[in-house]
Amino acid sequence: MSTATAADERISGSSKISKVLKRPESGAMVAAIVIFLWFALTTDAFATSGGSSTWLLGSSTIGIMAVAVALLMIGGEFDLSAGAMTGFTGLLVGILCTEYGLNIWVAILVALVLALAIGALNGFLVMKTGLPSFIVTLGTFFVLQGVNLAGTKALIGQVAIQGMAKVPYYDQPRTLFGSAFTWGENGSVYASVFWWVGVTAIATWILMRTRVGNWIFALGGAQQSARQVGVPVFKAKIGLFMTTAAAGWLVGMLTLFRTSTVQANTGVGQEFIYIICAVVGGCLLTGGYGSAIGATFGALIYGMVNQGIVYSGWDSNWLKTFLGAMLLGAVLLNEWVRRRAEQSR
Amino acid sequence: MTEQDSKNMDTLVEVRKIGKRYGNIIALSDVSTTVRAGEVTCVLGDNGAGKSTFIKILAGSHAHTDGELLVDGQERHFSSPREALDAGIATVYQDLAVVPLMPVWRNFFLGSEATKGKGPLKRLDVDFMKKTTKTELAAMGIDLRDVDQPIGTLSGGERQCVAIARAVYFGARVLILDEPTAALGVKQSGVVLKYIAKARDRGLGVVFITHNPHHAHPVGDRFMLLRRGKSLGDFAKADLPMDELVSMMAGGAELEALAHELERSMGADSAVVSELKEDLK
Repeated sequence: MSTATAADERISGSSKISKVLKRPESGAMVAAIVIFLWFALTTDAFATSGGSSTWLLGSSTIGIMAVAVALLMIGGEFDLSAGAMTGFTGLLVGILCTEYGLNIWVAILVALVLALAIGALNGFLVMKTGLPSFIVTLGTFFVLQGVNLAGTKALIGQVAIQGMAKVPYYDQPRTLFGSAFTWGENGSVYASVFWWVGVTAIATWILMRTRVGNWIFALGGAQQSARQVGVPVFKAKIGLFMTTAAAGWLVGMLTLFRTSTVQANTGVGQEFIYIICAVVGGCLLTGGYGSAIGATFGALIYGMVNQGIVYSGWDSNWLKTFLGAMLLGAVLLNEWVRRRAEQSR
Repeated sequence: MTEQDSKNMDTLVEVRKIGKRYGNIIALSDVSTTVRAGEVTCVLGDNGAGKSTFIKILAGSHAHTDGELLVDGQERHFSSPREALDAGIATVYQDLAVVPLMPVWRNFFLGSEATKGKGPLKRLDVDFMKKTTKTELAAMGIDLRDVDQPIGTLSGGERQCVAIARAVYFGARVLILDEPTAALGVKQSGVVLKYIAKARDRGLGVVFITHNPHHAHPVGDRFMLLRRGKSLGDFAKADLPMDELVSMMAGGAELEALAHELERSMGADSAVVSELKEDLK
């Protein structure tokens, strides 16, 4: 960070550590380390290359969405349609290619444009009506869910995409979205892990080091104040909704090209997982505070526990209980951190 | 150069018989005063006296319907706050337009962030912004340990100061402060008055809106009193001692009547009555 800013003699050296601990993501980081160590020590498979690549893959798609959702939450809004969007874009590309023979790259582009349009519509409705984004995106969530289920059945008579691998040029986007490196004896690191790292890095850069990032914090912190000092509130908010939609498209593509199929109900129920990951990562439900890296740690925790429970031989339904407890703990911790941050030192 | 000439040169804003009508409702009429560089012009009045209408005209939120508004000797009609800002007139509203959870330096530059680099590498110039925030606040007499602390951790007076320093840094020559001491305790009000004096010493013209003569008198150079949308006059400090200002503010005759009435019901030795009488002397 900055070394050029002259250090004030009234700040003692130890505050560097407390500064790190005050970052929104530090709670999730510590929890992730603890959980990793726990499963690494208690199970045999968890810390092997094979085990690690499984939970990394599981974390990656959740993580991409959680990061985008975190940006939106810092900006003071929710997007419940984010999960259904991953299914919608995957299904759309699958149907356009297998049923209508559209060029695969064109189909991918069409899906992106449509996703961005739906995101913009979400943002436009929220900003124009002044309704809570919770309600507006709940609406688009149900619309998308219905379209995914009924539309898919009506168009291809099935509930999943079939024959994707036979589509011409399938290998090109597959290299980009669905390929994997072998790692160690039995591990393989999928493209989505690299996308995840990339998305996290870019989101962090935007949030911490660009004007837009400054605006995002201000939007969620005090929208009226932001407007008074000339922040383009309307554009920035719509941009955030389009970002989560674009992330939904990316995850849709990652799913489609890794497995060569998408189910009609893909992504439904995931929207709350993204929000939980963002909150566990230090995002305030009320906006104005949080981090992209935190959301990534949140997703990592989710992925590790999801897999670790299996390796431990426990009933996998305990995951839900764990998630709920984690969420409650995180909310309490965030509230405490926020109060400390607002108190004078 | 005579003293009069130099004063005219320093006049930043002058209003002559300015007024505002909303349809057949006269919100403000016949108000005249001047704002000079390095001086504090206090606008005093009770609730509903027309203070906010007056600010809105100066800040560009509402255009005036009567009289003249001169900025640097040129007649102007502001149709938006942006125009007023471009003319160097900045307004610090009561809510201060700050985001409590954001660090002081991010708040200071919010909406006008300094950047370096080009294209996708265009990024915030964090060091410059932190340094500037620290020096600008130091110039206002506020010495922050850490510009990274959330602005919500500052006291009300200090936050006011950041808002003032921000307006000054971004080119304000005339600063309109809308009741900056209204929500503050005695000590914090003192802090804000200190910053007002500081801004004045830096050569700004300050318009200080308040309903408290005890806050206005120590820092003011010129007092303009409003009541029921009309000006009670525009006075230089030398012509208006403190007690006269107080009794004008309260409406001397009305207060005297009130004192008599209270004396009858509460007794002559009650604290409220003796305090009122003290003020009226």
